Amino acid sequence: MIVAKRKPMAEIAEMVAPYKTVKVIGCRSCVAICLAGGEKEVKMLVSALRLKAKKEGRKQEFEGLVVERQCEKEWVEEVEGKILDSDLVLSMACSLGAQTIGDMYPKKIVFPALNTGIFGVPEEQGVWSEKCVGCGNCIIHTTGGICPIARCAKSMLNGPCGGSSNGKCEVNLEVDCAWYAIHERLKLQNRLDLIEQVSPPKDWSTSHSGGRRVYVRDDAKLTQHQKKGKEAVR
Amino acid sequence: MSERKPKVVGFCCEKHGIDSAILAARSGRQYDASVRIIKVPCTGRVDGIHILQALEDGADSVFVLGCLEKNCHYDTGSIEGRKRVEYVKSTLADLGIEKERVEMFNASSTMAWKFPEIVSKMVDVARRLGPIGKAGGDR
Ligand code: SF4
Ligand code: SF4
Repeated sequence: MIVAKRKPMAEIAEMVAPYKTVKVIGCRSCVAICLAGGEKEVKMLVSALRLKAKKEGRKQEFEGLVVERQCEKEWVEEVEGKILDSDLVLSMACSLGAQTIGDMYPKKIVFPALNTGIFGVPEEQGVWSEKCVGCGNCIIHTTGGICPIARCAKSMLNGPCGGSSNGKCEVNLEVDCAWYAIHERLKLQNRLDLIEQVSPPKDWSTSHSGGRRVYVRDDAKLTQHQKKGKEAVR
Repeated sequence: MSERKPKVVGFCCEKHGIDSAILAARSGRQYDASVRIIKVPCTGRVDGIHILQALEDGADSVFVLGCLEKNCHYDTGSIEGRKRVEYVKSTLADLGIEKERVEMFNASSTMAWKFPEIVSKMVDVARRLGPIGKAGGDR
């Protein structure tokens, strides 16, 4: 899932200070699970911002709202009235949610309350770690199911480097060496021959380096005729 | 002109927290009766939002009182409570609001002196800092 982190309170407070009517909108999906922008976090932020306004004697109105998935227009439309009624939308979803609102209501100012960070997994309560960087051409079938791009400090395709020692990474001794982990996993699976194979340079054009990516599934797209039908039902 | 009464809210767990307050009263110890006690099943149930909303609603200071950490009725409830209090304190500090307005305390039901001590500490904080902000104050 997408893992995000709330911006420092002071930064958010400064961002919103000039605006009178502020709608703080969270999301019940990824950012709720990673405790960054769900219902509870929205309530906390609204309360904190009200206190800050009170402290500085500013008349500001804050309202907290939460939608199911802020990156989908259908859910955002549910709070359209509130958005149109605001001077500022402070999105507590990941940047996809913030940008969805911004694209739907281009006249409205939308600020992010979160820093959108990683594709990560919860390792234990309160800890999320990055396991994929979305390179667009997955290779983990050759690396024992462990991504060397996301988990190796040098994103090496042919590892380990000479700095791997006792299963730890030379860049940070607290961090596991991804290639040591790959070696151990392949050994367990009797597939160590894979580590001998040299991976050719990767084609990065499928990653963000190749520019903005848009994925299309033609069979799922609506035809003009279907679109008209849908509009008519609305 | 009558002096403004400090507004102190205390979230007390219904086990040792409340019991220590009751024992204090039964043993004839005095504490500022204006403190508003909110009984909670466990301080692990207290969330940051409860504390912030109490401040938002006009409390000058807020305390959370739970069982001793090694003797919590729900094992780790008062540890949870402390973590939440610490989180709120750092949030307040980040906003430039005095973090000492919020404190966590622990007591056992036999510590008759503890509750009056906590109340007087938090009343002092409330008196010293007053209401939050110019737009704040008595409501
Ligand atoms: S806006 Fe979409 S991607 Fe972002 S947190 Fe919500 S559901 Fe997840
Ligand atoms: S190889 Fe690419 S797609 Fe696969 S896990 Fe790593 S970054 Fe993600």
